[in-house]
Amino acid sequence: MNRILALIERDLRRFRRSPTLIIVSMIMPLVQLVVLGYAFGGKVKHLHIGVVDQDHGLPAIKLKEMFQAVAANARTFETTAYSDEAAALRDLRSGKINGVVSIPPQFSRKVLAGENPRVALSEDNTDQFVASALEGTLNQLFASYNQKEPPPRLSVEAALSVVEIYPYVPYIQYLLPGTIVLAIFVSAMIGGGIIFIDDKARGLHEGYLVTPITKFELILGFNLAGTAKAIISGIVLVIFGSLIAGIPAPLDPLRLARMFLVVVATALALISMMFLLMVRVTDPLVPRATFGVLNTVLFFPSGAVYPIQAFPVWMKVIAAVDPFTYAVHGFKELALKNTGLMAVVPDLGFLLGFTAIAMAVATLLFRRTL
Amino acid sequence: MADIEVENLTKRFGDFVAVDGLTFTVNHGEVFGLLGPNGAGKSTLIRMLTTLVPPTAGTARVDGFDIIKDPDGVRRSIGVIPQAMTSDLDLSAEENMSIFAKFYGLPREKRRDSVRELLKAVDLEPWADKPVKMFSGGMRRRLEIARGLVHEPKMFFLDEPTTGLDPVSRVAVWDMLAKLKSQRDLTILVTTHYMDEADKLCDRIAIIDHGKLVALDSPLKLKASIPGKNILEVSFSDVPSDWENTLRNLPEVADVKSQDHVFRISSHNGPRTTIALMETARNAGANITSLSVQSTTLDDVFVHYTGHQLRDTLKTDTVYSSAFMYEPK
Repeated sequence: MNRILALIERDLRRFRRSPTLIIVSMIMPLVQLVVLGYAFGGKVKHLHIGVVDQDHGLPAIKLKEMFQAVAANARTFETTAYSDEAAALRDLRSGKINGVVSIPPQFSRKVLAGENPRVALSEDNTDQFVASALEGTLNQLFASYNQKEPPPRLSVEAALSVVEIYPYVPYIQYLLPGTIVLAIFVSAMIGGGIIFIDDKARGLHEGYLVTPITKFELILGFNLAGTAKAIISGIVLVIFGSLIAGIPAPLDPLRLARMFLVVVATALALISMMFLLMVRVTDPLVPRATFGVLNTVLFFPSGAVYPIQAFPVWMKVIAAVDPFTYAVHGFKELALKNTGLMAVVPDLGFLLGFTAIAMAVATLLFRRTL
Repeated sequence: MADIEVENLTKRFGDFVAVDGLTFTVNHGEVFGLLGPNGAGKSTLIRMLTTLVPPTAGTARVDGFDIIKDPDGVRRSIGVIPQAMTSDLDLSAEENMSIFAKFYGLPREKRRDSVRELLKAVDLEPWADKPVKMFSGGMRRRLEIARGLVHEPKMFFLDEPTTGLDPVSRVAVWDMLAKLKSQRDLTILVTTHYMDEADKLCDRIAIIDHGKLVALDSPLKLKASIPGKNILEVSFSDVPSDWENTLRNLPEVADVKSQDHVFRISSHNGPRTTIALMETARNAGANITSLSVQSTTLDDVFVHYTGHQLRDTLKTDTVYSSAFMYEPK
């Protein structure tokens, strides 16, 4: 027991003295949360569209006035008038504008005659976010353009009333659970069982392998030290991440206690996963080289940045066995919905079961030799 | 009483035999030196005796504990200074020692006293709380010697403790070892490349080559065991035919070894052989480009038993397989 504590002490003392490690494991995930949270969360604004009016009738003018209203209020796009459609399309292809709205000749006549009037939108579809923002705004615009005035007092069309059961969740909050898990994962990449690989690379292991320390003491010492560091980064991210992302009542003690449980289970699962993956590796470059791949393979299918329901089957299979998935789910329940502990019991169960299996297999594979 | 008994100890890495059936004993209280060229198997031998590497065949007992059957008993009895510097750079000298004392299960008070006392013994007390990364190589080595003794081992294994140190640090390390040895009941097994050190400090010396024991005795007897009292090393600008035989027939010559234009002549009487050599060379028209006459040293013993060629062989692929890892020489 004392030897296990001595190994943990050694690791934590080293950690305390390397500011680089502390920054990498805590500050970087916070930076990522802020940058990605605002990079993806915002509404698309200030697009440029060209308007070619070949009709000049009253309905066309009314339509153009509505474009001006969007430009002045929602600012989704600004319009430029073109007299020549070919010139507008040239500018679209050269990237000066994002879309071209063409109001064809006879548009006004068809509106008044009720003969399927059409307006064309040519758009730059290489950027899906821009294209869908443009289409969404124009569709809304056309819906209100088509509204009869005055509207009938009793509609025959069925309408959908949306009830949101939680407060609005901006993308930065949606991203927070994944960021917490990522911070814990970064700690697992620089701590835990893979410390043994670093010690081997520096030749430090020969020093303690000649002492009476046992295989189990080594395994427990390395992994508990790593878990302790991962828990520290997890807690830092839970507290500062919640404050930065603007989670309501971020310091509610009951929620923090529940999140702490998920932090511990996640730290155990990720540390033991890395220990299992690297238990027979001797080259210290391997963990570094695999970091990017593991990060991609584990983080993105976990539902941290995009809903799992949108994935192809093979990615859903990864998500089903990926400890990230359960950790992210657990943090989402607690951070975004403030649910009770029961909602995360299956997540905790998976993470702890995963830990038990990974540690058991890794222990069988671990060798207390040079 | 033998503290270390080595019996037919063998280690193979694939086809390569690193240690080839070694048998010897180290007596209680002895300073036992292991000499040998690079790759002779010294480090592998030490690693087997300190339970880091399991032997392929044979066994050894260290302080009565079998290295295969009771490695834990061995580990409790020994202190080890591996060839690589194994102290933690981010920790202070005191922390390094205290954590190792905990690995050995020393109780708190004993730990504190032992750490203080040893740091003082190796003259590192003023820097006890400074991080090891600020230490020079010699300071780091001394710290490791102190660390290796923190649990009061009966036997002390040092693998090239002075390699890479400047001459002053080397002397300091050996002085400290001698002092510690005089204060504690220690049996020391040490490998080194420095023959002068081995000569001065070791009670007995084993010379190992190609994994085999080629000589084992006290330094004095080893020096007496090779032919000649003086060594003449002489080189010529051009060598007449059958020159080696001519040299062999000079007065008092015991043996002649040659490589290209350089001849090593063992002589029972250095001055006489030298005078005769000058005369013979002048008569034969052989131009002497350099000449030195020395008494026999352990270096000569070493060269006599292991030969003079470089041992450049490729390592077999062991656990050290990455270019980014420390590779023991």
